Amino acid sequence: MGDGARVGLEVDPIMCRGHGLCAELLPEQVVLDEWGYPQLASPEVPPSLRAQARAAVNACPTLALRLQRLDGGARPS
Amino acid sequence: MTAAARMPRPDAPTGSVRLLAGSVESGAPAKWADHLARYGPLPVGVDGPAELIDLVDRSGLRGRGGAGFPMSRKLRTVAAGRGRPVVVANGCDGDPATVKDAKLLEFAPHLVIDGVLLACHAVGADEATICVGEGDAHAWYVYAALQARRHEEITIRVAQVPHRYVASEESALVNFLNTGDARPTVTPPRPAERGVGGRPTLVDNVETLAHLALITRFGAEWFRAAGTAESPGTTLVTVGGAVRRPGVYEVELGTPVGAVLAEAGGESEPLQAVQMGGLGGSWMPIEQTHALPLAHEDCREAGTVMGSAALVALPERACGIAETARTLRYLAVESAGQCGPCMFGLPAIADDVDDLVRGGDASGDTLDRLRNRLGTIQGRGACAHPDGATRFAAAALRVFADDIADHAAGRPCPWSHAAPWLPVPAPTSQDARK
Ligand SMILES: Cc1cc2nc3c(=O)[nH]c(=O)nc-3n(C[C@H](O)[C@H](O)[C@H](O)COP(=O)(O)O)c2cc1C
Ligand code: SF4
Ligand code: SF4
Repeated sequence: MGDGARVGLEVDPIMCRGHGLCAELLPEQVVLDEWGYPQLASPEVPPSLRAQARAAVNACPTLALRLQRLDGGARPS
Repeated sequence: MTAAARMPRPDAPTGSVRLLAGSVESGAPAKWADHLARYGPLPVGVDGPAELIDLVDRSGLRGRGGAGFPMSRKLRTVAAGRGRPVVVANGCDGDPATVKDAKLLEFAPHLVIDGVLLACHAVGADEATICVGEGDAHAWYVYAALQARRHEEITIRVAQVPHRYVASEESALVNFLNTGDARPTVTPPRPAERGVGGRPTLVDNVETLAHLALITRFGAEWFRAAGTAESPGTTLVTVGGAVRRPGVYEVELGTPVGAVLAEAGGESEPLQAVQMGGLGGSWMPIEQTHALPLAHEDCREAGTVMGSAALVALPERACGIAETARTLRYLAVESAGQCGPCMFGLPAIADDVDDLVRGGDASGDTLDRLRNRLGTIQGRGACAHPDGATRFAAAALRVFADDIADHAAGRPCPWSHAAPWLPVPAPTSQDARK
C-alpha cells in the first residue's frame, strides 16, 4: 500500500464482534451504534489519520477491520 | 438423435402465458412428452456459448429472483472465471409471500431443466444443482422430471435447503452446498467469482432459467414482444390477500398492478394498500397502485420495489401497522444472527413498531428513534436481509402515517388484533432452537 494510494476502512460485518476498540483508537473515523458496532464516518481515511487507522486495524481482535485501497484494487461491485 | 429431437418445432406461445402455457388449461403438470409437444426439443448445440450469451443479451432477460439483474452480465462473468463453472438454480421461494417457483417447478419442471442445461452450455459447466426448500412437495415433480431425462450429459442434482428466510440468498446457498451451513457469507468474492467448490458459480432463479429455455427456442424478438423495454418478457406473480382468487399468475411485465389484481379475481372487499415485492419489500397506498406498471424501473421510480413479484392486497378492515409489526418480528427472528446491526437492529425496530401498534408513543419519541434506527441499520449487513426489513418498515411509516398518529393519540383502529393478511409463517420448533 504505497503512500500515494487513497485508502478506506472496511468492516467485515460477520467477523466484527462489536468490541469497539476501533472507535477508541480512531474516534475521528469510527462511531459505535447503540449496540456497540462500528459505523464508518467516511469512505476514505485522510493521510493524517493513516497511522492511527493502521493501529486500529492491528488492534481489532477479530481481524474484522481492514484497510483497503480505494483506487486500483477497488472491490468489485 | 432421438425421435423427439426430429419433431418439428411447435409455434411459439402467444399472449402473456408462456411458462405456464398448456398447464394452465390442463391444470396438470407437464410430463416429458407434454413438454416436447408444447415447446419442442431443446436446441442445444444450435448456438455456441458466445452466441447463446449474445442472444440472452439481446433479449434483455433480467433475473426473476428479486433484484432484476441482467442475466447476460452474470453469464459473462461466470464464463470468464477461473476454473470449471457450476450452475445453481434457485427454486427455494424463500419469501413466504412468493410461491411462484413452487408452481413453476410443479407445472413446468422440464422448462427449468432445459434452462439449467442451456446455462451450463453458456458458461461451460458440467454439473448443476436445483435448490428447493426442505421437504417441499413439488420436489417430487423435479425428481420425476430428472428421472425422465436420465440420459442428459450434465449431472443435475437436487438440494433441499432449510426453510429459513436468508438460506436462499445466493451466498447462503453456496455456503450450504459447500459446508451444510445455510448462512450468508461476506461478498466479495461473489459466487460468480468463487462459489461452489471455489469455482465460478452461476446462481439464477428457476424462473429466469425457464425464460432462457424459451428465448433459445423462439428468439430475443419474440421474448421482447411482451413486457417493457427495460423489463421485457412475462413474469410469474404471486397474488395474495383480499382478492377473490389468490394464486400464481403469469403476466406481461409492465402490466398495471390494478390489472394484475383483476386477473386474480379483483378485490374481495375494499382495499387500502398493497404489499409488494415480498415480505422484505414495500407498501403502496391502493390509489397509487392501480396504474403502477409492475416493472422494476416503474416500481423504483414510484418509491416501491417489484422484488420477486409478490402482491398482497390489504383490505380496509386491517391494521397496516400491526401487519408490519408481525412481519418485522418474523424477519428479525430470521436474521442469521451473524452481523450486529442485523441481529440487534431488527429486533429493536420490531419493538418500536410494536410500541406504535400499542399506542405507546404519545410523545413521538419512538417514531424518531425508529427513523434513526432505520437509517443506521441500512447497508450494514453481510447480505441484503436488513435492507429489505428496513425498507419495508420505512414504507409502512409513509403509507400508514395517519394510522400511526391515530394509534399514538389513543385512537387505535379496531383491526389491530384481527387475523393476519400477510403470509407470515407460524413459528416452528426450529425457531425456538436458534
Ligand atoms: C434474504 C434473501 C433471500 C433471497 N431468497 C431468494 C429466493 O428464495 N429465490 C431466489 O431466486 N432468489 C432469492 N434471493 C436473491 C438471490 O440472492 C439471487 O440474487 C438470485 O437467486 C439470483 O437469481 P436471478 O439473477 O435469476 O434473479 C434472495 C436474496 C436475499 C437477500
Ligand atoms: S475492533 Fe474489530 S471487532 Fe471490535 S468493533 Fe471494531 S471492527 Fe468490530
Ligand atoms: S445481514 Fe443478517 S441475515 Fe444477512 S448475513 Fe448478516 S446477520 Fe445474517
